Amino acid sequence: MSVATATRQESLAVPFSPRWLAERLSGAVLHVVVIGLTVAWMVPAIGLLITSLRLPSDIANSGWWTALSPPFKFTVDNYSQMLQASNLGQGFFNSFMISIPAVIIPVTIAAFAAYAFSWMKFPGRDWIFLALVGLLAVPLQLTFIPVTTVFVKLGFTPDHLTAIGLPPFIPLWLAHAGYGLPFSIYLLANFFRALPSDLFESAEIDGAGMLTVFFRIVVPLSVPAIASLVIFQFLWVWNDLLVALIYVGGTPNVAPVTVSLVNLVGSYGQNYQLLTAAAFFSMIVPLVVFLSLQRYFVRGILAGSVKG
Amino acid sequence: MASVTYDHVVKRYTADVTVVKDFNVEIKDKEFMVLVGPSGCGKSTALRMLAGLEAITEGQIRIGDRVVNNVAAKDRDIAMVFQSYALYPHMSVYDNMAFPLQMQRMPKSDIDKRVKNASRILGLDNFLKRKPRALSGGQRQRVALGRAIVRSPKVFLLDEPLSNLDAKLRGQTRIELQKLHRDLETTFIYVTHDQVEAMTMGDRIAIMNAGILQQVGTPGDIYDHPANLFVAGFIGSPTMNFVPVTTSDSTAKASGFEVKLPKSVPAGKGTLGFRPESVTDRISDQTGTLDMKVDVVERLGSDQFLYGQVGSDSVTARVDPKMKVEPGDTVHLGLDTRTLHLFDSQTEQALI
Repeated sequence: MSVATATRQESLAVPFSPRWLAERLSGAVLHVVVIGLTVAWMVPAIGLLITSLRLPSDIANSGWWTALSPPFKFTVDNYSQMLQASNLGQGFFNSFMISIPAVIIPVTIAAFAAYAFSWMKFPGRDWIFLALVGLLAVPLQLTFIPVTTVFVKLGFTPDHLTAIGLPPFIPLWLAHAGYGLPFSIYLLANFFRALPSDLFESAEIDGAGMLTVFFRIVVPLSVPAIASLVIFQFLWVWNDLLVALIYVGGTPNVAPVTVSLVNLVGSYGQNYQLLTAAAFFSMIVPLVVFLSLQRYFVRGILAGSVKG
Repeated sequence: MASVTYDHVVKRYTADVTVVKDFNVEIKDKEFMVLVGPSGCGKSTALRMLAGLEAITEGQIRIGDRVVNNVAAKDRDIAMVFQSYALYPHMSVYDNMAFPLQMQRMPKSDIDKRVKNASRILGLDNFLKRKPRALSGGQRQRVALGRAIVRSPKVFLLDEPLSNLDAKLRGQTRIELQKLHRDLETTFIYVTHDQVEAMTMGDRIAIMNAGILQQVGTPGDIYDHPANLFVAGFIGSPTMNFVPVTTSDSTAKASGFEVKLPKSVPAGKGTLGFRPESVTDRISDQTGTLDMKVDVVERLGSDQFLYGQVGSDSVTARVDPKMKVEPGDTVHLGLDTRTLHLFDSQTEQALI
């Protein structure tokens, strides 16, 4: 059954009949739309890349697309200058120090929570879940002052944490975990809920406890959902400027790469060609993360579990 | 190996929604019991209560002598085969079968022995390393059986295990399941909506409708002596003929014919029931007669079914395949009076 449906359905229409033409045409239209959207989405990134390879004087005088016609005057000066002038090495290190725990912590908590919300019965479950999803609507900015106040009262400031020998990134880990949790739980709970209930009942009869079911059945089957969540959360934390600035300020030993990037412009006035080079440089990491995780987006990971 | 007893079992979801009502069955040790009924009749719920997947609202379920109402599913010593098979898609066939044993913390060598043994019985030896998605429907079904066999449970529960297989495979698997039951010498409880499966596989059949147990008995018993109108109509294919009649003493008068009943009944109205094979082209002193205007002729090679009207009632007859009949003909047929059933028009209970 699955074999038959899995093979692509070939058109049965007679060549050059109206139906055949309609099928071809709708296929062509679909392709044009998809390619058009892809190009439209990529234009800014390509512009950024080309700008970063141009001389400052050219950037100031003409649009980036003019560089696409001869004479070509590309240069990597911006990159070498940017690497020498800034504190980007430290920034990258800090970004990793912030991002990795700020991804692991919320994704782990969210996976446990989502499992409970989708497959365990406890009083008020649906109301708590609803409240949690409601938190998605709370604007980030609303939380800055109360959370900062709490952090300061608890001594969760970079200086104080360094002084007592703890990593200065703790406030950011907690903040990002908090901001990421509602969405993470929502996404994973929806995914877990869609797993066939027969699997859970079968495991129950087989004698698997809650934790065994979670680690041996739910997590392996949810790799695609968890991988996409990791990408979302990583991109959000990596690209974040606001949260980092608010909770740890611009202190160089804590500031992530986004903060260093902003400082480049600040300290070099109009030299924003450095910003383009640095921005493109900082995109490398998210790209690597995305490309390395995309192989987990295997469709049909549930194939063969239920139904014939 | 154990008997199973349902003792006044009730399943109620809310005050008004009762899906199983006062269910009483005793399933003997090593018996193949089939729970059959139309969808939504509560048969699966009855099974799931025994499995420990649903709480029991009232009454008791016993496995052997042990009341299992408050025993966790994993401690009931049962194994269940699901309609969807419920295989773990990310595990190999071997791991799927080993999983319940790993949960019992059985030593690896014992697990290996049992899994190998089960895979040999089921002919899965060559597939142990495959994932479920690389198996055909029939093979997946056998893996699901294997996962149940390895545990050597006291009771096997099967919830419509054949309904995802194609017709031919279903026929084969039906026979294999019966062999398996004989080899394993274990109690089997099998839920299905298919009366053919029930008739062919069950040592005994329990028929349910709307949460109420209608009749329990051997296939032959139920076929020949249905307790009420529902059972009579549910078992048998094509279904039994039902004709409204007026009775007086020991004759029943329908719109188009009159027959002598095997015993006398109080005068009144009722429903006369007779199976298609009771209406034949053979006429003797054991039969009444009726004239049928044929609408449809169905030739199956071994059988010939005639669908038509007798008076104002629809009747199905099973006649000799050699008999020449065309739609539109009126045929004179015999009705075997020894196999008549009469049902009370109010209570629908069998009077004969």
